[in-house]
Amino acid sequence: MTAAALAPAPLPRPRVRPPSGWTLAAAAIALVIATPILTVLGFVLYPSTETWRHLADTVLADYIGNSLLLMLGVALGAGSIGITTAWLTSMYRFPGRRFFIWSLLLPLAMPAYIIAYTYTGMFEAAGPVQGWIREVFGLRYGDYWFPEIRSLGGAMAMFSLVLYPYVYLLARAAFLDQSVCALEASRTLGCGPWRSFFTVALPLARPAIVTGLSLALMETLADYGTVQYFGVSTFTTGIFRTWFGLGDSAAAAQLSGVLMTFVFALVLLERWSRRQARFHHATGRYRALPNIRLAPLTGWIAAIACFLPLFFGFLLPVGQLSAWALMTFDEMVNAGFYRLALNSFLLAGATALLALIPALVLGYGNRNHATPVLRFLTRLSGMGYAIPGTVIAIGVLIPFGALDNRIDAWMVGHFGFTTGLIFSGTVFILLFAYLVRFFTVSLNTVESGLGKIRPSMDDAARTMGHGGLEVLRRIHLPMMKGSLLTALIIVFVDVLKELPATLVLRPFNFNTLAVRAFELASDERLADSSTAAVAIVLVSIVPVVLLSRTIAQSRPGRRP
Amino acid sequence: MTAQLRLETVAVRLDGQTIVSDISLELAAGEIGCLLGPSGCGKTTLLRAIAGFERPAAGEIHLRGHRVASPRTLLAPEQRRVGMVFQDLALFPHLSVGANIAFGMRGRSKKEIDERIGELLELVGLPELRDVHPHRLSGGQQQRIALARAMAPRPDLLLLDEPFSSQDTERREQLAREVGRILRQDGITALLVTHDQHEAFAMADHIGVMRDGRLLQWDSPYNLYHCPLSREVADFIGQGVLIQGRVLEEGRLETPLGVVAGDFSQPLPPGAAVDLLVRPDDIIHDDHSDNAGTVTEKVFRGEQYLYTLGLPNGTRVLCLAPSHHDHRIGERIGIRLDLDHLVIFPRKAADG
Repeated sequence: MTAAALAPAPLPRPRVRPPSGWTLAAAAIALVIATPILTVLGFVLYPSTETWRHLADTVLADYIGNSLLLMLGVALGAGSIGITTAWLTSMYRFPGRRFFIWSLLLPLAMPAYIIAYTYTGMFEAAGPVQGWIREVFGLRYGDYWFPEIRSLGGAMAMFSLVLYPYVYLLARAAFLDQSVCALEASRTLGCGPWRSFFTVALPLARPAIVTGLSLALMETLADYGTVQYFGVSTFTTGIFRTWFGLGDSAAAAQLSGVLMTFVFALVLLERWSRRQARFHHATGRYRALPNIRLAPLTGWIAAIACFLPLFFGFLLPVGQLSAWALMTFDEMVNAGFYRLALNSFLLAGATALLALIPALVLGYGNRNHATPVLRFLTRLSGMGYAIPGTVIAIGVLIPFGALDNRIDAWMVGHFGFTTGLIFSGTVFILLFAYLVRFFTVSLNTVESGLGKIRPSMDDAARTMGHGGLEVLRRIHLPMMKGSLLTALIIVFVDVLKELPATLVLRPFNFNTLAVRAFELASDERLADSSTAAVAIVLVSIVPVVLLSRTIAQSRPGRRP
Repeated sequence: MTAQLRLETVAVRLDGQTIVSDISLELAAGEIGCLLGPSGCGKTTLLRAIAGFERPAAGEIHLRGHRVASPRTLLAPEQRRVGMVFQDLALFPHLSVGANIAFGMRGRSKKEIDERIGELLELVGLPELRDVHPHRLSGGQQQRIALARAMAPRPDLLLLDEPFSSQDTERREQLAREVGRILRQDGITALLVTHDQHEAFAMADHIGVMRDGRLLQWDSPYNLYHCPLSREVADFIGQGVLIQGRVLEEGRLETPLGVVAGDFSQPLPPGAAVDLLVRPDDIIHDDHSDNAGTVTEKVFRGEQYLYTLGLPNGTRVLCLAPSHHDHRIGERIGIRLDLDHLVIFPRKAADG
């Protein structure tokens, strides 16, 4: 008798192969989330309507020209601010450096449409600044030149002020990632500090800078509130006008399609530059940058250079908004305001929680049994963040509107009563649009959280006698907690700030903080709009602080 | 006696591709084995099959006499009592060192767990790190904690997957010796996977040389070096060259360095063309010898010089000589073969 026969026979167990149902579910979810994107893409191939031809003959060139100019201006503005502040804070020591490192991110909390009408309130002809100029110099309106804030140039300035943190963030990370060795090598090869910056540091950081810029430009293209308020004709305002003014959904969708090609170009640029960044990581040995102490005078100049974007991008508009809010607090903060806040918070919270489920399904699907098809669908469903809210609104309205009409016709035909618009006329469609738009955030955060749990950790736990569920509970959950929370917070705040999709899709008589702020501002009731704006900005600070903390913790050269 | 680990003609296929095949080996309780081979030879796949992460396509795996895997049966990794130290160590970042080590000791009393943690931290020489989190540890410390964690539940078999690969080359051998000592002290049976023969020699009782998914030879380190059974093993283990020769009669061989006599590693008929394995220490520098080689390269090793010598027929051989024998490149120096066991391989017809 053999030993094997004496021993308790090990149970024949099937190989731990998760059901392929998981893959199917993941693929189905990815497809549903990608539907609006695919809908709009489909319209690019749709035969042109009369309106479209008319648009192409008249305003399309305007839209394209303005959008391109806007992008160029923002690239220059946000690029120069972002690169300068990133270089100063990563290379030199000067008064307030530690404060600037995180506070330079604060303008991210300021939605562009809010800073736009805050600046309008301050700098328009009837505003306090021009009033002060007239009083001091004894001038009358028209006697002097003052830049018109509600213009293309003004829009460039607004976007640059709130979007430069993207460039700052990525450029700074790239500068910190560079080993000082590369810079020192350049110095020993006869380049001065300035030439070293332009010939070594800047080219090494270029992929990161391009990534930051493409993110900033995606936001620029996605904006509706600012350009609408400033009267600049771009794609997003054109889509609104075509859809609501002309009532031509096909032409609006085609305009969206053209806008999407711009966006896709940026997405490709971003992906490509991220890939480049990998090759730019040349040295294995890392030595931190030296943090050269600047002489007092230059030090103060550097401090002022960092203070200006912070001041104009955050402190000044927040100050103005707060002043207005204090003025109008008693009048504006009433039951109606609390209802707005409740609406906004419920929508934001629901979307944030809802988005986690598909993110987890897709995240685990790709981690445990990735197939090329699933990966592609996942990437597709994660495109929402790049796509303007206006476009997503149209992408969800078209299919759900059609579905509603079908259901309604069927119900009328069979049961003799009408159901109305059960999807497209309710909060459902708004939630779905938010989900499509901000799913990227949940997905990326969940994936990066899962990425930290290396497969070997699962294996290690199993060799130590823990089954699958227990590995989830004792390893995955504690390690994922932070990522899940981050995903919740970021999506929450993004939904809170969202304007164009909400404008299009909100049910009748349903309002949010962002919509209310925009409506009041559009009615030239700037001071009245400030309470809603302040509420949005205050909540938006939370993820920015989170972000700055994450950055502070992840120093390069330190092993995780 | 039942072997702690026995593999019977194991094959593993991944994605329809055969990664390893026909692997048979045995490891007795308390012994340390090593799978040695270049990257991509399938040694890690084999290790994962033993741990239970891959199912064998053929053959059987037995642990302490129990069959744990065959093409039709598979015991889950968590039920095998097999510990594993992973290449990336896989310490759990959210748990302290103590909690990491305690992770695998389920169902024991708190006191028992506490004592075992203390004992293991003592054994790996890091008693003060119990409450520290892994990211504060140096690479070498993480290494030892990962080892302690895998040893904690007293597994029947401990698998180590290239555990020293993240360390500096100079430190690997020292770490390997240290780990070998720790394992033996705790009486643990272990199987190591590495591509570094110094690591293997530093800790293993049995070494299996793997190449292209096959186990070429499973033997003691001494036999692998001195009695390799195949050219591949002779080539892979240690330094040395194969020089051409011809069998004169059983036990006598004609070579470019004269006639040598000794035991043949395999019987070959007179007249057969063979390759003879010559290690650097088999060639003695001797000014009185009739044979000479031209110095083409020399490396100073402190106590010795390692000379590369060119023979008249174009063959190159290696020779270790005491370092006071300092010869210039291009100089001809006398050498003789000093061998009593002749490791020979029949030369294929195509080689001439």
